[in-house]
Amino acid sequence: MDPRVNDIVVRCMCDMGERYGLDLGGGPMRETLLFGESGLLDSVGLVSLIVAVEQEIENDLGVSIVLADERAMSQKHSPFRSIGALADYAASLVSAEQ
Amino acid sequence: MAAPITLITGTRKGIGAHLARHYVALGHRVHGCSRKAPEWSLDGYTHHEADVGDEKAVRQMFAAIRKSEGRLDHLINNAGAAAMNHFMLTPTATAEKLLRTNFLGTFICSREAAKQMKDQGSGRIVNFTTVAVPLRLAGEAAYAASKAAVEELSRVLARELGEFGITVNSIGPTPIDTDLIRGIPKEKIDQLLQQQALHRMGTFDDVTNVIDFFLRPESAFVTGQTIYLGGV
Ligand SMILES: NC(=O)c1ccc[n+]([C@@H]2O[C@H](COP(=O)([O-])OP(=O)(O)OC[C@H]3O[C@@H](n4cnc5c(N)ncnc54)[C@H](OP(=O)(O)O)[C@@H]3O)[C@@H](O)[C@H]2O)c1
Repeated sequence: MDPRVNDIVVRCMCDMGERYGLDLGGGPMRETLLFGESGLLDSVGLVSLIVAVEQEIENDLGVSIVLADERAMSQKHSPFRSIGALADYAASLVSAEQ
Repeated sequence: MAAPITLITGTRKGIGAHLARHYVALGHRVHGCSRKAPEWSLDGYTHHEADVGDEKAVRQMFAAIRKSEGRLDHLINNAGAAAMNHFMLTPTATAEKLLRTNFLGTFICSREAAKQMKDQGSGRIVNFTTVAVPLRLAGEAAYAASKAAVEELSRVLARELGEFGITVNSIGPTPIDTDLIRGIPKEKIDQLLQQQALHRMGTFDDVTNVIDFFLRPESAFVTGQTIYLGGV
């Protein structure tokens, strides 16, 4: 997995934390839950994070991906449940595009 | 104030070409697209060759605009296609093509625009429908259905995007003299004009007047609306 993708997701989550005053504890970690019962984000927050990650990946890596694709929407375990899951999913799309 | 950035789809000819000239004249920086390159060019106008129904091409266009302008204030989803035929003689491929350009084109462009406008906290999206929807015009089932989908999309988007300061409205023109209606027999057009409150063809200026209204900063509280021309 491309470590730059993980860095981008973490950076975007830090921005979100600042913007929405989220309590990220010791900073965003792979285990940090994004959505669902104990997740940090509401639905608009999640949309904002996903869009930010898409744009940063395009800016930094020059790869255009759509995170909310059909596969993501139909998976039993949402790739948007945690930072780690989101980073892994984004990295898989990036490597498929490269 | 910085020049507003305005993206208009379907600018090669017809209403879209007029809109491009109009907003350049008003001082906007205008971007436009169509499948083929236009035969005209204009200072302040940038063309992108993109089919609005082609997600990849549309995303490339938005990335290019983001790179060169850094923002997007207005999206006018003008690109459209029509076909007139008895329902029983309408090929599935025709219905599919109309849905792809009219509905999916509006869908994809609006989604990509909203992603950009969201962070700005403001934006205007204007979609194109037609009087063929409220008049339930016989012979235009696939076209009218694709535009009815655009109208409903606009109303729902108005709700979903409202919290980001983005308004979404539609304009529904009456017949206007462009290639789009060139194949329609004159008596059909005359019958249609008789069903309007005001019995004349529409003009490009009738269209820009309504879009100007939707784009005005003062219209920030107007969203989810459809304005038909001609009193339909
Ligand atoms: N004229 C009327 O009477 C009338 C009435 C009601 C509503 N409208 C609506 O007004 C809008 C403009 O119509 P018009 O009369 O100006 O039509 P037009 O003269 O046929 O022009 C259509 C424009 O859209 C572009 N276009 C078509 N398909 C496209 C695609 N898939 N991707 C990108 N661009 C595409 C065309 O360029 P390329 O061929 O190079 O792609 C052209 O520039 C349409 O949405 C139409 O439904 C028109």
